[in-house]
Amino acid sequence: MIVELGHFALVLALFAALAQCALPLAGAARGSEPWMAVGPPAAAAQAACLAIAFAALVHAYVTSDFSVLAVAQNSHSLKPLVYKVAGTWGNHEGSMLLWVLVLALFGAAVALFGRRLPASFRARVLGVQGAVGAGFLLFILLTSNPFARLLPPPPDGNGLNPLLQDPALALHPPFLYLGYVGFSVAFAFAIAALLEGRVDAAWARWVRPWSLAAWCFLTIGIALGSWWAYYELGWGGWWYWDPVENASFLPWLAGTALIHSAVVVEKRDALKGWTVFLAIVAFSLSLLGTFLVRSGVLTSVHAFATDPERGVFILVLLAIAIGGSLALFAWRGPQLAGGGVFQPISREGGLLLNNLLMTTGAAVVLLGTLYPLLVDALGAGKVSVGAPFFEATFVPLMGPMIAAMAIGPHLSWKRADLAGAFARMRLAGVAMIAALAATLVLQDKLSIGAVAGMGLAAWLAGGTLADLVERARLFREPLASSLSRIGRMPRAAFGMTLAHLGLAVAIVGMTGASAWKIESIQSMAPGDTVEVGGYAFTLVGAGEVRGPNYLALRGTFEVRDKAGRVVAVLAPERRDYPVEQRQTTEAALQATWLRDLYAVIGEPTQGGAFVTRFYVHPFVAWIWAGCVMMAGGGFVSLSDRRHRLGAPAARRRDTAIEAAR
Amino acid sequence: MRPRQRRLTFVVIGVGLLGIAAALALNALESGIVFFHSPSEVTEKAFPPDRRIRIGGLVEQGSVNRSGGSTVAFKITDMAHAVPVRYTGLLPDLFAEGQGVVAEGFLKGGVFMADEVLAKHDENYMPPEASAALKESGFWQHMKDQQANKASGKAK
Repeated sequence: MIVELGHFALVLALFAALAQCALPLAGAARGSEPWMAVGPPAAAAQAACLAIAFAALVHAYVTSDFSVLAVAQNSHSLKPLVYKVAGTWGNHEGSMLLWVLVLALFGAAVALFGRRLPASFRARVLGVQGAVGAGFLLFILLTSNPFARLLPPPPDGNGLNPLLQDPALALHPPFLYLGYVGFSVAFAFAIAALLEGRVDAAWARWVRPWSLAAWCFLTIGIALGSWWAYYELGWGGWWYWDPVENASFLPWLAGTALIHSAVVVEKRDALKGWTVFLAIVAFSLSLLGTFLVRSGVLTSVHAFATDPERGVFILVLLAIAIGGSLALFAWRGPQLAGGGVFQPISREGGLLLNNLLMTTGAAVVLLGTLYPLLVDALGAGKVSVGAPFFEATFVPLMGPMIAAMAIGPHLSWKRADLAGAFARMRLAGVAMIAALAATLVLQDKLSIGAVAGMGLAAWLAGGTLADLVERARLFREPLASSLSRIGRMPRAAFGMTLAHLGLAVAIVGMTGASAWKIESIQSMAPGDTVEVGGYAFTLVGAGEVRGPNYLALRGTFEVRDKAGRVVAVLAPERRDYPVEQRQTTEAALQATWLRDLYAVIGEPTQGGAFVTRFYVHPFVAWIWAGCVMMAGGGFVSLSDRRHRLGAPAARRRDTAIEAAR
Repeated sequence: MRPRQRRLTFVVIGVGLLGIAAALALNALESGIVFFHSPSEVTEKAFPPDRRIRIGGLVEQGSVNRSGGSTVAFKITDMAHAVPVRYTGLLPDLFAEGQGVVAEGFLKGGVFMADEVLAKHDENYMPPEASAALKESGFWQHMKDQQANKASGKAK
């Protein structure tokens, strides 16, 4: 009964979405107030219906209702409750339902917080969101209905892929979708602006918080996925340039460019067309990501069960959404007259350079990701593009990006003095030279990449901190006055500082983990000791253990440092899930700020020995810390009252403050 | 600077960046991409031992041999030809005989020295490259028929 209710609510949501799309858009075109007024209630209705549908599906999973096909295929009565709930979105049907639910919630939020938007503008935004929602609801109802019945119901389900039975991965899809779908708001605002033919500071003031929120969630989602791949797959890497990883990274790159260019629109009334274009691109890349993951057209470590019919449907949706919006942009975009002029050396110029490098970076990642499809479509054979391609293209582009990123905040709007900026950045120069020297002295084997990476990270951190010192007039005024200056700093500035520092921290981690990783694979019997990167790993013993829904082979390793002290006891497992008939690797790791010790146990070989794999990973924890700082910086900035949703009353005061700065 | 010069500056920077990116990409595509070949192609054609390639198909039944300590030997087959493979390391969790697999590495003296092995992530999934190799050799249809038979057998 509840399942039918959910299915019915899903169909109702489709009609609500169609109404939310058609009437307000037509109303805005004809200037009809009553038609435009349909938007907010329709958005609320769509969100409510989808919340009911989603709750019904969660209920089916929690009560293990195996007469529902998706539940029977992806759940099992013996699964822990948290994974029964998380299993709702751990498969294609459920995750698509989560996708539209998040979309509808964003739509309802726009309806709720957007009361002060001009009526026709809000109608158009809601209309575009309704159109996207309707497309995806049609997709769900026609090709992947989560409420499809299975009669007669099987006695028990197939269980959830054990790789996905993991806390980080339970949270990964919701955060990723909050990010992906969050860009739909920026997209809807961009389309509405093109239809209205007007982009101004107020528009940017609206787009900024939504894009920033989406960006923060996407950052967390990507980091969670990367963290999961690091400790769960047992391959000892944190990023594989896998098509599906790239699929989430592309909207992140475009979104990063968007949140920076929107600043220029808001403050200086320039780069309007470009910002609208980025908003379209960010969401288009989110759609492309959904397509790549859901269609399985690329060999990927992530590719789950797939169905070509679904792929074609999403491809058509993709073509309509991206083609339509870009065509609209080509037609109406040139009318968005530019406002404030600026010199190449200026804050605007710096942000534009950031944008150009970010989008160029996104373009090469996109090329590398789609190249296999392109070659295949041309009938030139099957190829794969791996990490070496991305390391040779993306990384060199990001070098100058990061170098410029440290300078940007020191430039003034409109026209800046580069020599003065460098003079204010002495701290960055000192930090960079110190980092270069330390890296050269401390590392065992010379790696140009490591030296460059550490130098850039120090330059970025130094430049960012120098900006903070400058704002606070630290060391030039009494400490109390400096502190009160810091206290009066807008939260957005704090957020920027924290996020930029976060990237510097993450670069330290990425550089260290890539350049100085030590790996060792061998066959070991109990009692054997292997030396890896200054640590002695001893296999103490291995035996069977029983988990809630699995059996495992657990190896126990003692790790000693050079002085012979035991620094860690690692117990990796190789789990066997009888219900799902699958095995998973549970790596064991001990993390400190300087290095991770990482152990994996594999198949038994002859004579009671096991294949084992060890890593000593320097600085990996810095990657996760950096991502947390970046997302945290975004949220701090979001809490700035100037970003508070729909606060046009504060506008005059803001301009006064900016003028005073 | 006059507005036109300013705009020109940005256009030049933008075009320059794209040029650099294109040069980097072309250079990397030369060396960074890996071609996929079926076991039949690998058996029939000669490949230089320094050329990185991918092969895919099914892990041949009864071919997995773990006696070499941490090095595993197995064969990848498209049911027309089989290629012996050596791999040092931990195989993916879903690696099993009779299942789809893709390996990446170098072909040396008729033996494929793999440094990366990808298997499917769940039982409904076959790496597209592995299924392509099986389609080429005509085994795919055979497998589909078998699956259909199994399914209809279950329904009875």
